[in-house]
Amino acid sequence: MTLPFTMSRRGWTLLAVLAPLLLLFAWVAFRSGPLAPVNVTIAQVEERSIAPAMFGIGTVEARYTQKVGPTAAGRVTMVAVDVGDIVVAGQLLAQIDPIDLDQRIDAAAGGTARSAALEQAAVAQIADANARVVLARSVAARTEELKRGGWVTDAMVDQRRQELAAAQAGLAAAQANRSAATMDRGRLGAERSALVEQRANLRLVAPHAGLVVRRAVEPGTTVVAGQAVIETIDPSQLWINVRFDQTQSAGLAAGQQVRIALRSRPDAPLSGIIERVEPMADALTEEVLAKARFTITGGLPAIGELAEVTVALPAQARSLAIPNAAVHRIDGQVGVWVVRDGDLVFAPVRLGAQNLEGWVQVLHGLTRGEDIVIHSARALSASSRFSIVDALP
Amino acid sequence: MISLAGRDILHGWGKFVLTGVGLGLLIGVTLSMAGVYRGMVDDAQALLDNSRADLWVVQKDTLGPYAEPSSLTEDSERPIQAMRGVAQAAGVTYLTMQIAHGDKDVRVMVVGAEMGEPGLPGQPTHLISGRQIVRGHYEAVADVKTGFAIGDRVKVRRNFYTIVGLTSRMVSSGGDPMLFLSLKDAQAAQFQKDSDAIVRQRARTAANPQLNPPGNPAVAQAVNAVQSGNSNVNAILVTITPDADPDEVAAAIRRWQRLTVYTRAQMEEILVQKLIANSARQIAMFLVILSIVSAAIVAFIIYTMTIGKIREIAVLKLIGTRNRTISWMILQQALGLGLIGFIVGKIAASLWAPFFPKYVLLLPSDSILGFVAVMLICTVASFLAIQAAIKVDPAEAIGG
Repeated sequence: MTLPFTMSRRGWTLLAVLAPLLLLFAWVAFRSGPLAPVNVTIAQVEERSIAPAMFGIGTVEARYTQKVGPTAAGRVTMVAVDVGDIVVAGQLLAQIDPIDLDQRIDAAAGGTARSAALEQAAVAQIADANARVVLARSVAARTEELKRGGWVTDAMVDQRRQELAAAQAGLAAAQANRSAATMDRGRLGAERSALVEQRANLRLVAPHAGLVVRRAVEPGTTVVAGQAVIETIDPSQLWINVRFDQTQSAGLAAGQQVRIALRSRPDAPLSGIIERVEPMADALTEEVLAKARFTITGGLPAIGELAEVTVALPAQARSLAIPNAAVHRIDGQVGVWVVRDGDLVFAPVRLGAQNLEGWVQVLHGLTRGEDIVIHSARALSASSRFSIVDALP
Repeated sequence: MISLAGRDILHGWGKFVLTGVGLGLLIGVTLSMAGVYRGMVDDAQALLDNSRADLWVVQKDTLGPYAEPSSLTEDSERPIQAMRGVAQAAGVTYLTMQIAHGDKDVRVMVVGAEMGEPGLPGQPTHLISGRQIVRGHYEAVADVKTGFAIGDRVKVRRNFYTIVGLTSRMVSSGGDPMLFLSLKDAQAAQFQKDSDAIVRQRARTAANPQLNPPGNPAVAQAVNAVQSGNSNVNAILVTITPDADPDEVAAAIRRWQRLTVYTRAQMEEILVQKLIANSARQIAMFLVILSIVSAAIVAFIIYTMTIGKIREIAVLKLIGTRNRTISWMILQQALGLGLIGFIVGKIAASLWAPFFPKYVLLLPSDSILGFVAVMLICTVASFLAIQAAIKVDPAEAIGG
């Protein structure tokens, strides 16, 4: 074969240099930069069973916490227990200074005794008044008889009658005095009982058996009414106050099994159960609150410790599923890029449950075996040129 | 007809090609510089593209969230969501910080985005491997430029996050790669202080009689709770319904929510005209100088190449070659040199672009412009050489 033109050896050499250069140029012009096709990885839509799960975080809390403190302001004279102590119901925890309470009890006792004496005096007065009434009545009766015989004047009769009325009034006064003294004794007795009760109330005792977790004040400190001096919990009743994002909390219910990873021992998960889902959600943080009870193994966890709670829901029947990396939202529609006849098509889909590995159920919009784009080197559009690769980058 | 230029090139092709390659490397540098400038602008655009927002709602009277700090409460998004024309509204936080990775630090922009449903504004637009964040806490998606791999555990403030997915071209306006966390994690990273600071703050509260009044210990507890709360976001990203006008929706939000709102065009202006203006202008200035220097060097090369052949040109003239033929030969050679230079330059710029630490964007339009400029410069430069060649005295072929 002969060429229509002749070329020297130099010409061939120049061509040998320039031709690869031109090829390289064409390659960089169309395979790099904005004109280059977008590398994508694809996968087929397959059926798999999705076991949705929920993930939340919370803190270890005691179910029952008792904050023991005085009902009136006072100074703490003694604290009998320290943090970590186990206490039984009724055990003395702390003592508030009674100040003048003992003296007031003594005074009340004295008052009661005085009232009793006054009562006795009133009884004697009644006896005296009774005697006076009897005497006055007999004198009055005798005078009435003498009057009928005409031996005494009307004035004398009136005087005797007046004496009888005065004696009767004296009796009534003495009886009233006795009642007043009796009432007074009762009042002072009750006052004393109240002071004794108050005195007993200054002894702060454990309402339940438990563990002392906080010793808020030391002896000598003045505390106000309601301020906690000692805090105890029931160490056998701990739970996690766990928060789940509202968007991912569908299906959360009491009785579900959970796996709890404490921050201090993430590799030794504990098993637990959802005790209850709180009827009130947190409106500000957009979270649903729940309580997860768990069995304590390997030492008591710190109250307030952070914990991760994973709720595994039962696996659902096999259905179409795709990785969530394939899901995009374009023009307000959720969908995936499907490769159909060598072209990219955005297929809107309706999604269902998602598991923690990122697989999400497809309820509508895809058929089994369709090729969908999972990963892409750039955001795709319907006009994107693409080239399928095994893995990116 | 014999091509004089072709003959001459063939005669000294090695020298010609090498000169072309040298010239090409210079053009490559110029193209790269243009790419650096374009990349810088594209980084800013990418930040806006990646957020997938039509409107940015920020703290009143700030240029946030990219150019200025901005902070507003997370629940501000709810009344916005209820407004006409708004399709989606999602809070977002941005925080640039250093993260230890192995034995070195990586500078990243931590983005907190709402991950509740797919495709909310602020989420990574695409992944190159792995998956999107599923758990509400302690998972992260990183830009591939961070150097993180799937399964890596990175520490942000006090918590460890597992990298579950990788993305690409998700950078801040400064070119720092992004690390996506769930919004609550990012809020904790941004607003939660370290333990020492919290302890000191508690001590300060306890020592302040107004915050810790004697006889009411509950006040200090409440103050501490308030101080450790964090429900702020830097901006609310809003997408609008297809039939809504962004300016109208923005005006309504401004009027009724009394917040500052930027549309895409305004945000672009803030980023490109304000945030990266100085550095972009710096690069642009350098690009102009480099272009002028390149043009001068191209002109000198062609001129000296012609002057080097002055004796041969004199011989051509002596044997009666017309000036037009000689001029055409010089022009052809100049254009050939320019062509080789451009091809080599484009190849070089494309090959070394990925090795730049920041993004270098070689736009085809820039390449075409560059090609036209190179050809123009070569033509103009060849005029000088042609001038010199025409003035050559044929006698120089014998006497010189």
